[in-house]
Amino acid sequence: MISPANYIALSVILFVIGGVGVLVRRNALVVFMCVELMLNAVNLAFIGFARLHGDLNGQVIAFFVMVVAAAEVVVGLAILTSIFRARKSASVDDANLLKY
Amino acid sequence: MTGSLAGALTGAVNPAAAIGTLPATGAMRPAWLLLAFPAFGAIVLLLGGKRTNAWGHLLGCAMSLASFVYGVIIFATMLGYPASQRSREVQVYTWIPSIGRFHVNIGLLLDPLSICFVLLITGVGSLILIFAVGYMNHDPERRRFFGYMNLFITSMLLLVVADNYLALYAGWEGVGLASYLLIGFWQFKPAAAVAAKKAFIANRVGDAGLSLGIMLMFATFGSVTFAGVFGAAHSASNTVITAIGLLLLLGACGKSAQLPLQSWLLDAMEGPTPVSALIHAATMVTAGVYLIVRSAPIFNLSANARLLVTIVGAATLLFGAIIGCAKDDIKKALAGSTMSQIGYMMLAAGLGPAGYALAIAHLLSHGFFKAGLFLGAGSVKHEMNDEVDMRRFGGLATAMKITFVTFTFGYLAIIGVPPFSGFFTKDPIIETAFDKGGTSGAILGTCALIGAGLTAFYMTRVMLMTFTGKRRWEDDMHPHEAPPVMTSPMIILAIGSLAAGALLMISNRLIDFLKPVVGTPPLEHGFFSPLSWGTLALVVVSAGLAWVIYGRRDVPVTAPRGSVVTVAARKDLYGDALNESVLMRPGQWLTRLSVWFDNRGIDGIVNTVAATMGGSSGRVRRVQTGFVRSYALSMLIGALLLVGALLLVRL
Repeated sequence: MISPANYIALSVILFVIGGVGVLVRRNALVVFMCVELMLNAVNLAFIGFARLHGDLNGQVIAFFVMVVAAAEVVVGLAILTSIFRARKSASVDDANLLKY
Repeated sequence: MTGSLAGALTGAVNPAAAIGTLPATGAMRPAWLLLAFPAFGAIVLLLGGKRTNAWGHLLGCAMSLASFVYGVIIFATMLGYPASQRSREVQVYTWIPSIGRFHVNIGLLLDPLSICFVLLITGVGSLILIFAVGYMNHDPERRRFFGYMNLFITSMLLLVVADNYLALYAGWEGVGLASYLLIGFWQFKPAAAVAAKKAFIANRVGDAGLSLGIMLMFATFGSVTFAGVFGAAHSASNTVITAIGLLLLLGACGKSAQLPLQSWLLDAMEGPTPVSALIHAATMVTAGVYLIVRSAPIFNLSANARLLVTIVGAATLLFGAIIGCAKDDIKKALAGSTMSQIGYMMLAAGLGPAGYALAIAHLLSHGFFKAGLFLGAGSVKHEMNDEVDMRRFGGLATAMKITFVTFTFGYLAIIGVPPFSGFFTKDPIIETAFDKGGTSGAILGTCALIGAGLTAFYMTRVMLMTFTGKRRWEDDMHPHEAPPVMTSPMIILAIGSLAAGALLMISNRLIDFLKPVVGTPPLEHGFFSPLSWGTLALVVVSAGLAWVIYGRRDVPVTAPRGSVVTVAARKDLYGDALNESVLMRPGQWLTRLSVWFDNRGIDGIVNTVAATMGGSSGRVRRVQTGFVRSYALSMLIGALLLVGALLLVRL
């Protein structure tokens, strides 16, 4: 059996990759994928802890996270599509009108 | 309670309170009608607007006349009662219901003193309103004029028939307002607008004194009614009584244009002449004298307050007379004379029980002859295209015969030639002043005597410059006699100037009539005493001197430079200059300093705080770049800080 610590380590690695991706990438789609990666890293942590503690709470929360992620993707992609149509660009740095 | 019983209860206090006040019966009961008539006129004319233009002046006269007729009825009823029962009271309504000790009823007090004023105000007022029908004939705002005049008559009646100081104060302010509105009646003239403001502000100073006096009365006696205050006056300390007396005197000085609040009256002549006649000669400016005489029980208790009243009176009578000698504007010369004559009344009122009735007598006869003189001046002004410079008059006696004759009657009355009224009312004041005894009596009497000489001089000067000598008017003027609507009031007032004095003073009629209110004078004077012959001689000499200067020689059309005294008198004896340097300039400095402090100090703090906040916000908001990734970074930093903090707490 793989030690739970490995799950957690993988989760942290995925989360950091996702986080760095959100911070450094300009393409909105990639940013989105990185967000998904972070969410799934969290899911992995939840499930790993669920195994560790031997109860189902972590697994249930992982389902909630998936549902929320799915809903978020729907809304987010819709916004992305319309921004791309309007501005011919998917760069998050171009959509900076809402500022001081 | 019968009058005698009430008298027995309070008799020890003072003569004024010795006669109890009875509830009014019969014809006196609806006494509020006195005020209701002119109040109705004022409301209809001022709210009715242009619709009442056609008949407004008639309504104004009718309401004043109705009030006069009712006043005569009350007077006749009063004469029917025995002397001890003539003070009657009518409770009209509760103005301020009990708040703690404070309770004010609007009550009307009809007694010999107030009825004198009622008859003067409504009688002379009606005559002047009738005159104004002609005088204001061409004025498009005649209706408004009559509305204000009715407002004035209402307030003045309230002032004199109120049975407490608070209602008196309401009337006092009402006449001040009416005076302001009427001085500034021709607002389009800057001089009139400024004069109105000046009168209002100068009066405020006096009014503040009166209101403080009333507050002090309430604080001391717990009452503001005449009965309550006078009944308890003897129990208060002398200091308080003197303080009340001085505050009342300040109020009187403001309203009656006495030193040091005299400056507004000369400028008040910017108003229409009927206003000058009614408000600024015959009635309103005498309200101060009424206040002093009405408050006799207070002044009886304070010799110091009385002394100051006499000093103010004597100083003002000389001050006004000197100004009157130098003015070339006929109305301003008469205004100086008004100041001077009211000075006589104040002097008399300050002499205590010996002089109260004399003050009222002179007030009544002055009401006739001064109103007559002003209407004469108005008639002249009307025919001379609003020219008021006497140096441009001359020789009007033949052009305006009726005006000349009525003016002459007023002239003879004011300088005190027997049998005209001034002789009977002014000479006793001079004699009583001498009778006061001591140094003060001698000084006051001498002032009054010099004043009589000056009066003769300046009035002769006015007569000669206006009615005799060469015609100095422009060739295109054709003065002729005014219409009967203007001359008939002048004739009636001239008859009053002739007869009023003798009627009031011979066999002490007025003194006996007023005795229940103001007490008995200790001394009685016969007329034609050596002093009055002396006064008469002085009058003749002064008039002769005026004739030498203004009658025998031609009057130059442009005023000569004149001596130092003349120049000073033309400038109102530097009254305005004094006010400007002592009050106005420091006031301006104070306001400028306050404005500076407000801008730099108070506003400075607020503005600095606001500017600091605004500036720092302007910098802080730069953080909101609109770049999603920078927000993400700040979230990351925040999350890391949070985690760090949690770890720190755990450790």
